[in-house]
Amino acid sequence: MHSVETRLKELMLASLAGDARSYAVLLNDVAKHLRVYFLRRLAESHKADADDLVQDTLMALHAKRATYEIDRPFTAWLHAIARYKLIDHFRRNKLRITVPLDDAEDLIPVDYSDVAANRMDVESLLQSVPEKSRELIYRTKIEGQSIAEVATSTGLSESAVKVGIHRGIKAIAAKLKGRAHGNG
Amino acid sequence: MATDDLIARLARDLKPVPRSSVAKRVAIGLGLGFAASWLLMVWWLGMRPDLMEASATMPFWGKLAYTLLLAVIGAWAVKRIAYPLGSIVINLILMAVALFAFGILAAGIFAMAPPQDHYGMLTGKSIAVCTFNIVLLSMPLLIAAFWVLRGLAPTRLTSAGAAAGIAAGAIGSVIYSFHCTESAMPFVAIWYTLGVLIPGLIGAVAGRFFLRW
Repeated sequence: MHSVETRLKELMLASLAGDARSYAVLLNDVAKHLRVYFLRRLAESHKADADDLVQDTLMALHAKRATYEIDRPFTAWLHAIARYKLIDHFRRNKLRITVPLDDAEDLIPVDYSDVAANRMDVESLLQSVPEKSRELIYRTKIEGQSIAEVATSTGLSESAVKVGIHRGIKAIAAKLKGRAHGNG
Repeated sequence: MATDDLIARLARDLKPVPRSSVAKRVAIGLGLGFAASWLLMVWWLGMRPDLMEASATMPFWGKLAYTLLLAVIGAWAVKRIAYPLGSIVINLILMAVALFAFGILAAGIFAMAPPQDHYGMLTGKSIAVCTFNIVLLSMPLLIAAFWVLRGLAPTRLTSAGAAAGIAAGAIGSVIYSFHCTESAMPFVAIWYTLGVLIPGLIGAVAGRFFLRW
């Protein structure tokens, strides 16, 4: 997630300085993200418009690139433009707007090359982990608390928390391997 | 694939973008609009003949300070709304505070004046034309502000139009104050303020149609 933002932002900064090669790489990357973004949001009957919307958005990115403020996240800026183009498309075609008022994160999915992995039910995986580790993993990896925070709230030492998480993740890995073998 | 061609074309067309180019566009656009409205005022209405004497009096500066403050808030709003996800909430709050403060001041002056002066303080000699003249004078500015925004990326078009209209109305009333000889604060508080708000309303309505990109 962060690496995508960092990478795109670096390319954008180079582009604003006039580096055409970075710019071409940036536009190629952005076009891929945009395609997925629009395809997800267009009704079955309008999927064919995705390419037009991608090109429209690329041209807007080009024409409006002066409005990118370099101390802001690039993906948020790009998302705002893509969303504007999508809503404009709905308006022009007099379609009911059913786009959720989504966040910028939706534009750059964590890993859309492996959609199956994304759909894997995290909760059910966690069920296979011993309860003590499950709790620790849930707090640190899903709720995003720090090791120190979890240590204070559970009364464990930091190293005990780390060991617990490590054991749990090992258990999950074992389970995933088993699944992969089992399902062929 | 056409997208690849487009990317190649855009990359060939790339020129470096200086960091302050948004502010520059706002300044150029509103500057040109100011010049056009100023010329329109001089040619159509004429400068107030007593400008020299008036510039030694408080009401002249009070009126100028009030309209200039609104003009700064409005021009800043145009810049802020020009970015994707830009918002003018802060500007609207500042403007409301300014209107309120000036309104209180004007009401105080009105209340302290002898009753026989009240009518004159509200209507002046130019009640029939004041707001109308300001709205007309602000039209070149409104067009200029729309030009500014069309080259940038506002994603909230009604707000963007309102920002353009408020900036145009406020700068227009700065210009009009060099023609108008009214000096009563209650008059300014009502009719000048309307001269700012009406272009704001026109801009807000027109924004959805003319600011699309």
